[in-house]
Amino acid sequence: MTMIDENPTGAPSYKWVGSRSIRPDGLDKVTGKARFGADLTLPGMLEGAVARSPHAHARIVSIDTSAAEAMPGVHAVITAADLPDLAEAGAKTDDVFMSEKILARGKVLWEGHPVAAVAATSREIARAAVAAIEVVYEPLPHVLTVDEALADGAPLLHAEMITRGVDPAPKTPSNAASRVVHERGDLDQGFADADVVLEREYTTKPVHQGYIEPHACVADAGQDSRANLFVSSQGHFSLRAMTATTLGWPPSALTVTAAEIGGGFGGKTTIYLEPLAVRLSSKAGRPVRLVMGRDEVFKATGPTSGSRMKIKMGVTNDGKMTAAQVWMAFEAGAFPGSPVGAASMTAIACYDIPNFLVEGFDVVCNKPKVAAYRAPGAPIIAYGVESIVDELARSINMDPIDLRLANAAVEGTQSSYGPVFPRIGFVETLEAIRDSDHYRSPVPEGMGRGVASGFWFNIGGNSTATVHVNEDGNVNVIEGSPDIGGSRASMALFAAEEFGISVDRISVKIADTQTIGFNDVTGGSRVTLATGKVVIDCCRAIKEDLCRRAAKTWDCEIGDVEWVEGQAQHASGTETPLSLAELAETAPRTGGPISVTKSDNVRGAGAAFTTQLVDLEVDEETGVCRVARYTTAQDAGKAIHPSYVEGQMQGGVAQGIGWAFNEEYIHNADGTLDNASFLDYRIPVASDLPMIETIVVEVPNPGHPYGVRGVGEAGIVPPMAAIGNAIEHGTGVRLNDLPMSPVRLLDAINQRNDG
Amino acid sequence: MSRTHINCTINGDETDFLSESGGSLLNALRDDVGLMGVKEGCGTGDCGACSVLMDDRITCACLIFAPEVEGRTIVTIEGLANADELHPLQQCFLEGAALQCGICTPGFLLAAKALLDKNPDPTETEVRYALAGNLCRCTGYDKIIRAVLDAAEGIRASATSGDAA
Amino acid sequence: MITVKFSASLRDLTGGDEQIQVDAPTVRRLIKLLDERYPGISERLSESTSVAINGEILPDALYEDIPDDAEVHFLATLAGG
Repeated sequence: MTMIDENPTGAPSYKWVGSRSIRPDGLDKVTGKARFGADLTLPGMLEGAVARSPHAHARIVSIDTSAAEAMPGVHAVITAADLPDLAEAGAKTDDVFMSEKILARGKVLWEGHPVAAVAATSREIARAAVAAIEVVYEPLPHVLTVDEALADGAPLLHAEMITRGVDPAPKTPSNAASRVVHERGDLDQGFADADVVLEREYTTKPVHQGYIEPHACVADAGQDSRANLFVSSQGHFSLRAMTATTLGWPPSALTVTAAEIGGGFGGKTTIYLEPLAVRLSSKAGRPVRLVMGRDEVFKATGPTSGSRMKIKMGVTNDGKMTAAQVWMAFEAGAFPGSPVGAASMTAIACYDIPNFLVEGFDVVCNKPKVAAYRAPGAPIIAYGVESIVDELARSINMDPIDLRLANAAVEGTQSSYGPVFPRIGFVETLEAIRDSDHYRSPVPEGMGRGVASGFWFNIGGNSTATVHVNEDGNVNVIEGSPDIGGSRASMALFAAEEFGISVDRISVKIADTQTIGFNDVTGGSRVTLATGKVVIDCCRAIKEDLCRRAAKTWDCEIGDVEWVEGQAQHASGTETPLSLAELAETAPRTGGPISVTKSDNVRGAGAAFTTQLVDLEVDEETGVCRVARYTTAQDAGKAIHPSYVEGQMQGGVAQGIGWAFNEEYIHNADGTLDNASFLDYRIPVASDLPMIETIVVEVPNPGHPYGVRGVGEAGIVPPMAAIGNAIEHGTGVRLNDLPMSPVRLLDAINQRNDG
Repeated sequence: MSRTHINCTINGDETDFLSESGGSLLNALRDDVGLMGVKEGCGTGDCGACSVLMDDRITCACLIFAPEVEGRTIVTIEGLANADELHPLQQCFLEGAALQCGICTPGFLLAAKALLDKNPDPTETEVRYALAGNLCRCTGYDKIIRAVLDAAEGIRASATSGDAA
Repeated sequence: MITVKFSASLRDLTGGDEQIQVDAPTVRRLIKLLDERYPGISERLSESTSVAINGEILPDALYEDIPDDAEVHFLATLAGG
């Protein structure tokens, strides 16, 4: 049963905000009309294909494209020679790496690294041409894990990479790109003050975002070094910037249209195919479509980091956490940039611990460069921290929720990453779970129960919106944030609430990069907060304008007019109120079209916390677990569209359940990926899961007009630890390595039985 | 490249098209017939995004050679609504927020239709197993399952009232 | 006076200082002052920095005003999925 606390703090109640309207893009999506990245066909369009490295690490001796170019139907073949050499041009290191990710230059760094691309009159010809490209490789030894990459004498991916953040700076290069550290208090004293100190090691494997739509785009370049790009992306403006940098073009030369996006979860915040499509199109002089196969998605995009973590924590017998020492090394894949920075900031952010040292390393290895994945980094470190917190609670015989409550970060706590927390709702999520029907029900016979919590910052950032009032008084909202989870529905509700008109009278469109001002990527759970804020700003400016127009109509002072429930009213009550439609009809006589654009770098993001509870049935004969019941409580600040808030919470939990039990990249000794398909990389299906019960906690964010925090990411943080804790509760077996697959669990159960 | 002339019924209309003989039904529907509601998520029959009804059976279009549909009846998402009226499943998916990104939605709707046509009163477990060949990464399936159960109830109710009338 | 707190990652440049008190009305002026005291720190701070002023995390904060008595932290720029 879903519970919404409609008005926990005496906050204003709303007519449209908080209702469950039909999403603006819904009809197109249930009728097959919605156009996703691969669904655009242009006259004369060519189909592209990408040649990829079969080796995990190799020097490129030569590339011969002549046979491919000579094939009938082939219109363009490109290699790194067709893109600017950003290293030679003195570009920033990150841009050089991005360019080398798009097309290998000199070396290939993982299996699937692009080396060339082809455009031809059909996919079959393009694929045949790719096969006809002759690349001579000199294989090099590879490193696949942080252990291998950090070992003495390990082969280096980047010959000149010196670890940043170490004092004094190392004299020799290594695969460690950087070190981050957060430290407070006196660690030795903290552990001395503890009655129980536990020390554990955890490992996790890379897992993929697993969006169902493979990366896809259509590029149409003119002969004037300008191009149109239609693409499935979480951020068409940042994509435009990255694509332009890679091409050596100014961003404004690209007009990028955001297709409907078939899932992203962070994985579509970066570029893969887009510069290739534009360059192929400009070389061929025809539009080019590039679409990945699922194997390419697994081998060459995403995933998030594999890791090794060492965690030591101390607690007193009466439940006070006294010290935490956390060490973690994250796989970045072929180029620096794992989410270890965010992981180190989130690691113990749920708790007020006086003494700690959190240290993280960003480590390159011969796997695909990691991409953002829902609360990047936080779920990985939470698996370790929330597991050891559970063990500590058990060791002092304390309820795991009570231990968390006794140490919970609250308003005024100095966060582990620095700033003092403003109003936050961590305690409220713990209490919501503690008081839930699920927690108050006895654990069913033969099952294990686990609890875990999670934190994510949420961000604001740059957004632009335009709002028009049509001549019939209906409203168009134009925004520039690709909608990955229902944000258009929220924008429509904001506008309906502000104007006091039915949500059916609002239409919402996502405009291309030439039509609306800049917007940051859809990520960091920012859109409902930040884009919502500028939409609200537009509506409020228009309401002022409407009052001014009404005053003109009535020949009165603007101070005598106010906007009430969809119409301008005169304070005296002597004038017949003017509706939005009436004011729209007379707009030419009161100042012209009614339209406002607002832009802002929106501040005021509010952190999200969640606490989750799971009951598991473990089949001790097979090691297979069944999730019998799952409840998640998350602080949304304010649920604008409760159904899609619940949907974000449920989706995050489902991904976390897959991460806990099944999902992992399986590389073989050659450094190539053995499970690059949905058959072998098993994400949860409908029959794996129960209903996922949601408790939407609403502790309003003081930084947003409606109290929004953002709900997209926190939900994926606790499930792995919650499930590990439930396994131990049910079986007495503790697993410290993800995934907690049937094989691993069965081994552990057998060891327990033998021991 | 040799091409095969294929005759079949698609969404109620007799249709013919030329398809590459080694090509899949998925590519034929998208490239040759222009029905872009059929989605490719994997190309290997693992995700169900390309699900269509072939002679009323739910089928992954990526696993069928186009010439295999000669003489058969195909229903895609574009054929699910009845002219100006949505199918109850479509209406329940909209009202129940049973979609987020929407890429898997056509496949789910057709798989659910195949289920309800055979079993108008399924249990939650039966719905979950009937839809286990369709992957959704956004929703955690909760609202999809509820929407299918709601649609089943609505269809049964209207059938009963129809009988009474 | 504002209080600036340095994360452990910055203390190689601050000679181990964990916090200092200075007068600075804007983030830009603050970074200039810090660079005079800790040469080289401005480069690190302008790379990819968010600034938290009294707990509110502000990206792109170079021209931001700092209220008197505020507590200021420098943070890595946050992104997300």
